[in-house]
Amino acid sequence: MANVKTNTEAQRLTFWERIYLPEIARGMGLTFKQMLQPTFTRQYPEERWEPEGSYRGRPVLVLEDGKERCVACGLCSRVCPALAIEVRAAETTDDKERYPEKFEINMLRCIYCGFCEEVCPEEAIVMSKDYELVFGSQEEGILGKEKLLVPVAQLRDRLEFLRQWK
Amino acid sequence: MPQLIIDGRVLEVEPGKTIIEAAFENGITIPHFCWHPALSPDGNCRMCLVTVGAHKKDSDGALLYGDDGNPEVSWFPKKQIACATPVTDGMIVDSISKETVETQNAVMEFLLINHPLDCPICDEAGQCKLQEYALVHSKGKSRFDEEKVAKDKRVQLGPNIIFDGERCISCSRCIRFADEVAKQPVLTFVGRGDKVTITTFPDTTFDSPYSMNVIDICPVGALTSMDFRFKARVWEMSFTDSVCPGCARGCNISIGVMNNEVLRTEPVTNMHVNNYWMCDHGRLAVPTIVNNNRTSGPMIRRDGVLESVTWDEAIAATVERLKSFKPQEITILGSSLASNEDNYLLAKLAKEQLQTSNIDYIQHLSHDFGDDMLRVNETAPNAIGAHTAGIAVGTNGHGVAKLVDRIKHGDVKVLVVLEDSLDDFSDELAEASAGVEALIVLTSHTNLTAKQASILLPTTVFAETEGTFTNIHHRVQHFSPAVVTKDNERLMTMKQSRWDKFGAPNDRWSSGEKRDARPAWKIIQALCVGLGANYAFGSSGDVFNDMAHHLSGFKDMSYPSLKKHQGLILGKGNSPEKEEEVYQSHVMKPA
Repeated sequence: MANVKTNTEAQRLTFWERIYLPEIARGMGLTFKQMLQPTFTRQYPEERWEPEGSYRGRPVLVLEDGKERCVACGLCSRVCPALAIEVRAAETTDDKERYPEKFEINMLRCIYCGFCEEVCPEEAIVMSKDYELVFGSQEEGILGKEKLLVPVAQLRDRLEFLRQWK
Repeated sequence: MPQLIIDGRVLEVEPGKTIIEAAFENGITIPHFCWHPALSPDGNCRMCLVTVGAHKKDSDGALLYGDDGNPEVSWFPKKQIACATPVTDGMIVDSISKETVETQNAVMEFLLINHPLDCPICDEAGQCKLQEYALVHSKGKSRFDEEKVAKDKRVQLGPNIIFDGERCISCSRCIRFADEVAKQPVLTFVGRGDKVTITTFPDTTFDSPYSMNVIDICPVGALTSMDFRFKARVWEMSFTDSVCPGCARGCNISIGVMNNEVLRTEPVTNMHVNNYWMCDHGRLAVPTIVNNNRTSGPMIRRDGVLESVTWDEAIAATVERLKSFKPQEITILGSSLASNEDNYLLAKLAKEQLQTSNIDYIQHLSHDFGDDMLRVNETAPNAIGAHTAGIAVGTNGHGVAKLVDRIKHGDVKVLVVLEDSLDDFSDELAEASAGVEALIVLTSHTNLTAKQASILLPTTVFAETEGTFTNIHHRVQHFSPAVVTKDNERLMTMKQSRWDKFGAPNDRWSSGEKRDARPAWKIIQALCVGLGANYAFGSSGDVFNDMAHHLSGFKDMSYPSLKKHQGLILGKGNSPEKEEEVYQSHVMKPA
């Protein structure tokens, strides 16, 4: 044991540190000081936070004039790094001949990267401000068209943000 | 032979060739839309403009060279189209200089003026020549401020083709195809300038048996298939090389699969079999054959009803039936629908294990299916193959009538049927076969014979297994598995789309139907083993190698060599045709 160097905590601490009393006083001082500072705590869920247009929440489909803007080109599905999106196209009689017969986003796979929005040639899929995502089962986490379609009026902030910055 | 220089490469080509042909044969691609090697040059798209010149000579006729040793060239004042300019000796062609490419860029800008750029909607996106060249020859912005011309977007040109006038770049490939290849000259241009569009002559429709090839050769998405419209994007499918089972021609095809379902069939260029084409019958039949009306899971008839059983039970029951009858009471029907491997093992089962000579197959012959282009009257893919693999036709003089006779006389107690539905040959045969003591059916489709079976063993179709067909011109051609079954769950060689590669079993989109079917050779091998044989073929390739070893026709052949040479002729396993550059109008570049 002769050639063992020791450096224990007891050896490092000074006498005043070892008896703890001044440290307790210092800690309490900080606590009492914070009690008088303004609070940052939000009373969620009563008090909700409204994100800015730049926020990337749950991806949604834009609903315009009662129809989706989406033409089911499948680029979002191709670019999605997590393979969260499935699109099946079908034909319509409209000018835009193609529409998504089925559009599913698996929110358990989604990583909110926003690539789908970036690649979309029709501005049809955008990241919403929706951040409250709770699912009771795996099946519930797969959102179909009925849950994805959001009226364009509710997405003005994001579309404005995209026009300006994308 | 004329000698010319293209982009600094000295080439020797046959006289009469055009510049684009000379370049293509030597691996130089000049951008083009309207040129197709099988069609007459039209020269209307102007995309293949190149700079052409001649070597300068001095007054004595001696060739002049610059200080750097390169020939001095007197260039023609105007650009020439490579697709319609014949090569001459001493010609110098430039297709890559800045000036030439700028000219091609300008042509591209004109072509894009009225193009709707609706790529997100268009089926061609991902394998479109216009898209591809736009990447190289376009700035990504249009200088055209005016309104684009509006044309009809959904014109039905024929029973299987829809034409979109706005996307059309008026290359006339479809018109020339109809005139020169399909020999049904009903398509034509109408209108002038930017109003020009394609239509059929009044009271005609483009319904040639080869009409759908225009969809493949259309360089843009103007012609789309009624059958496929909007079903999938090209990059979502996996494409596997295969052989069309529609008739004994054996056209080379590529099968597009998404979510384990065949969605699209396209011809693959094979100059020895089908050139660039395939018939509409084959194109539409392939998805139907693979997707529809399939058997899944082995079944045994108990108390008159077919009940699902396990594979082991079904094999054991079949072996037991085969053992309990005398060899001459068993008759085995091979099939021209099944692969060489299947028929080879079936012949082995009959000759080596059961030692019966009652083995035969019945040809599928039609009187009116064949034509002078690709289709032939033999409507099953592998009659020659079944014959070569050891299922001799007619040696025991069976044929349909004689087989019916034998069944009626009670000479046939057990009938083993591979693939065929007996009512395809004659209703009498189908009726008679229901009366045999044991009808053992190995089939991929729930046809009439499958419904009559005592034991039903579901087999895979050509698209679910590896194998070979021998076409009517004795060419052995290889096909690869494109669709997954419970038995071949992702063979190592299978082509996979991004979805197949990265999908998890609990993803909804990877939930395509997987059938419980096995390759017929595998089932037959299990039967042989049950009867005491010691076969241990692990894959179709092993069976084929055994065939190559034992049958002289298949000598020196192997799957890799068949794939490399796009098929080999029976008996000429070591003398393949000379390899040439093959032209494929457009290909999906793998992601």
